[in-house]
Amino acid sequence: MRKATLFAGLVAGFSTFAFNAAQAVEIEYWQYVFDTRVKAMDQLITEFQKANPGITVKQVTFPYADYQTRVIAANMAGNGPDVMQLFYGWLDKFVAGGLLAPLPKDAFPHAKIESDFFPIVKAMKRGDDYYGLPTAVRSLALFYNKKLFTEAGLDPNSPPKTLDEYVAAAQKIAKRDASGNLLVEGSTLDMGGQDHQWWREVLIRQFGGVPYTDNDQKVAYNSEAGVKALKFYTSLQLEKKIGAAGFMDEGQAAFRGGKAGMTIDGTFRLGAFKSIKDFEWGVTELPANAQGVRSNYASYFANGISAKAKGEELEASKKFLAYITSPAAMDIWLKTVGELPALRSAALTEANLKDPIYAPFLKGLEYAHTTLFMDEQAQRQNAIDMTNRVLLQGQSVEDSIKQAAAAEQEIIDAAKP
Amino acid sequence: MAAIEQQGAASGRPGGSPGTSFGDRFSMRTRRLVWVWSFLALPILFYAIIRFYPTFQAFYLSFTNWDLLRPAKFIGFANYIKLFKDPQFWKVFKNTFTYLIVGTPISLVVAFTIAFFLDRVRFMHSFIRALYFLPFLTTAAAMAWVWRWFYQPPPIGIINDVFGMLGIPQQPFIRSTDQALFSIMVTAIWAGLGFQIIIFMAGLRAIPGTFYEAARIDGLGEWAILRKITLPLLKPTTVFLVVFSSIGFLRIFDQVYNMTTNDPGGPLGSTKPLVLMIYQTAFNSYAMGYAAAQTVVLFTILLIVSLLQLWILREKK
Amino acid sequence: MSEATRLSHGKVRPGLIVTWTVLFIGGLIMVSPLAFMFSTSLKTADQIYDLRLIPAAPTLANYIAVLADGRFMRWFFNSTLIAVIVTVSNCFFDSLVGYTLAKFEFRGRYFIFLAILSTLMIPTEMLVIPWYLMSSQLGWLDSYWGIMFPGMMTAFGTFLMKQFFETVPNDFIEAARVDGLNEFQIWWKVALPLVTPALSALAIFTFLGNWTAFFWPLIVTTSKELYTLPVGLSSFAVEQSIQWEMIMTGAAIATLPTLLVFLVLQRYIVRGVMLAGLKG
Repeated sequence: MRKATLFAGLVAGFSTFAFNAAQAVEIEYWQYVFDTRVKAMDQLITEFQKANPGITVKQVTFPYADYQTRVIAANMAGNGPDVMQLFYGWLDKFVAGGLLAPLPKDAFPHAKIESDFFPIVKAMKRGDDYYGLPTAVRSLALFYNKKLFTEAGLDPNSPPKTLDEYVAAAQKIAKRDASGNLLVEGSTLDMGGQDHQWWREVLIRQFGGVPYTDNDQKVAYNSEAGVKALKFYTSLQLEKKIGAAGFMDEGQAAFRGGKAGMTIDGTFRLGAFKSIKDFEWGVTELPANAQGVRSNYASYFANGISAKAKGEELEASKKFLAYITSPAAMDIWLKTVGELPALRSAALTEANLKDPIYAPFLKGLEYAHTTLFMDEQAQRQNAIDMTNRVLLQGQSVEDSIKQAAAAEQEIIDAAKP
Repeated sequence: MAAIEQQGAASGRPGGSPGTSFGDRFSMRTRRLVWVWSFLALPILFYAIIRFYPTFQAFYLSFTNWDLLRPAKFIGFANYIKLFKDPQFWKVFKNTFTYLIVGTPISLVVAFTIAFFLDRVRFMHSFIRALYFLPFLTTAAAMAWVWRWFYQPPPIGIINDVFGMLGIPQQPFIRSTDQALFSIMVTAIWAGLGFQIIIFMAGLRAIPGTFYEAARIDGLGEWAILRKITLPLLKPTTVFLVVFSSIGFLRIFDQVYNMTTNDPGGPLGSTKPLVLMIYQTAFNSYAMGYAAAQTVVLFTILLIVSLLQLWILREKK
Repeated sequence: MSEATRLSHGKVRPGLIVTWTVLFIGGLIMVSPLAFMFSTSLKTADQIYDLRLIPAAPTLANYIAVLADGRFMRWFFNSTLIAVIVTVSNCFFDSLVGYTLAKFEFRGRYFIFLAILSTLMIPTEMLVIPWYLMSSQLGWLDSYWGIMFPGMMTAFGTFLMKQFFETVPNDFIEAARVDGLNEFQIWWKVALPLVTPALSALAIFTFLGNWTAFFWPLIVTTSKELYTLPVGLSSFAVEQSIQWEMIMTGAAIATLPTLLVFLVLQRYIVRGVMLAGLKG
């Protein structure tokens, strides 16, 4: 009896071993730790393995701050992921470091990528090759406090559609005490939050310019449009007095505390704002200009295939990447993480377009731009400083723009690999 | 010192032939030496690996373009040239020295004044001393947030609210390029004051009472006693505190980092100290080689400032 | 002696009353940030604009909310563990090395002493980049050991202990040798008990320094589970979208332990600080 069990065990053990050796390919998927993202990926992996019994996918995660370093260090040591997640802004660094392989054209034909995904996917293209595809994307929208709208005599169901309406609404909402101290902001002004993206990719374009040329390698906002855009932005505080930078410390804190009528923020803020209990809020598209021109800023994490994946592993990686950028995967991602699908067909479904929260963000994706940051942090800081020179030091808008453009060009040039 | 080295050398020579009574003495010395080096083995290893090797490595890295991505390449003085040409560095340099040059004298004068008078107070002495000392025990990163809250514009900032009640105009504090650095400096002085007071009081107590009696017999007034007796005799304490406080200000980081998280070192870089620049260069931009050059500059500044202060304060003796 | 002098001259004069009052008010101003921190931590979100020091309706809800999510408990534990281990290590090694340098004669003693002392001149900031490199190569990033290793021994502690061990009479040590104690036993059982004031000063400084340390833990830790209290608080404050009552509660939790310890051990701590300050 005991012998029989032992024998059966041996056979079973041997057969699994043989089966594994003959068939299974294991690939590694790397991403950074964020609770819902890890859960969503676990679910995707389970689904994928069900459909592809010969492939196992191992998910490896690292803390966000450490993630880039880990990928780079692992590559130097000759191990690392087969498929990895990366922020679109890291692409140049990763390509230059030889970490990524171009997506094979047989599995990911360019025509299909360009027709099916939102246009911002172009940020993953270098030369003739794509280096990654996103599962989900993020965009900006205008959040507004319905309670403050009602108190100011505005219709809480028709938020501003144009910049003029936005300014007018904000002026009505803003409240000050007898000595002129701000009590409630009409709209938050926080260049360190999302306002720098708003200024860069939205306002400049609405005033008839472009922020950069040459694949965002050349600063182009030292122009009439750039000046007008910054004048508009700084006048919100200096002339129209709808708010003040630093009020309640941060824009999103002021909105969350019910002390700001409107704020511009991204999909990633939905989670935090959902916990607001004191008032009802709504979301609408970013305001258009008088001619109806709209723009938006979108960003995303893409998935790319490692340069070290070869043979069987490469084939498995291709299959896995195709799966995690499929509509089915995007649906799981939206439900678990709350980020918008990157494929048109998966995003622009009837249900999503009717959703009062998702719809404004999704509409924004159609006309969104993506800045190809070379050094996101430094470029953001540059925009903060540009605004502060006008707000705090009284520098003229023209001079500040000129200085900022020169400084940013230096940052871009210095960061070129 | 030479004598000690001689002795050390003599006793350090291990004996060769055990067995004789002469050899026993040596073997006892050898045994003691074994003890000595076994006590020191781990610490020597520690200081070599964790202190000295990294020091040399920092110097080496400062001559490379290491950025985590590519292997380090030797680039000579390029990092230093870049640094000295960078206007941001000079701004940071100026900020760092403003913290030092304004912060150190103010905190020492205030600490000495409080210590001087507190030393004479008997009633509830230890309670009042505790009030001044408590801030020293707080965590700078935590208190930075408390101060940040204090400095807010109305309606949430306490200081501005009090100003409002007293009819003083509202101040922008950390939102102003002129006030931000000093607003942060105040928090650093606040946290360090208790320590300096305690040390000054210890220094005051160490001055023998006979000195004062003799001075009074000589008919010296309070002010003259302070100038001619107290301050000169307090010199070692003062030197220690000047160096200690200067180094603290030159290395200021926790407060600035936490009070300016949404515009690090801002507004417009007006509060950014050298250590924050190092942190950003190394751990936000991953320009490790460039950051290493900045740390070498910090090291040099610290060295010069400490030596200079010791020298100046010794000279006048 | 000086005490007596002071008393004989220190009759209560009007000047002294003014001095006392000014010092007392100054002291209240010094603790006011702490007072407002605790007061706000007991207020609800809509009360924080109310400046009264004593909250109208004090509540522990913030503490419950902050502690309930478990992270603060973890950070508290991390900070305590790290500070305790590093303190024990310093008390052991610094005093062992200080004793060896003070009480043994051997070739290289002066050199070792100077070498250790010279590390006082090397700022931590210069070492963090090499430490970071070393940690990443050895897999120490994001680990307790990674946070602790740079501080396991300090030149300051070694110097302090050496100063004090030099005051221990050689006769005691010789007598112990005659009694047949080995060198380690002599240090542990005879010399160390004679310098407990210095040892406790060292312990206080090391513990406080590690409890409040921010720069290196900020760099070396990346996952929330391994944050120390100051780093955790900083990330918590940013993440909390500037909800001041929550931030004040976090700050209060980070501050409370050292304050409580001080209230209990005030006399020893002040004496320890004086000792370390004067000899160090």
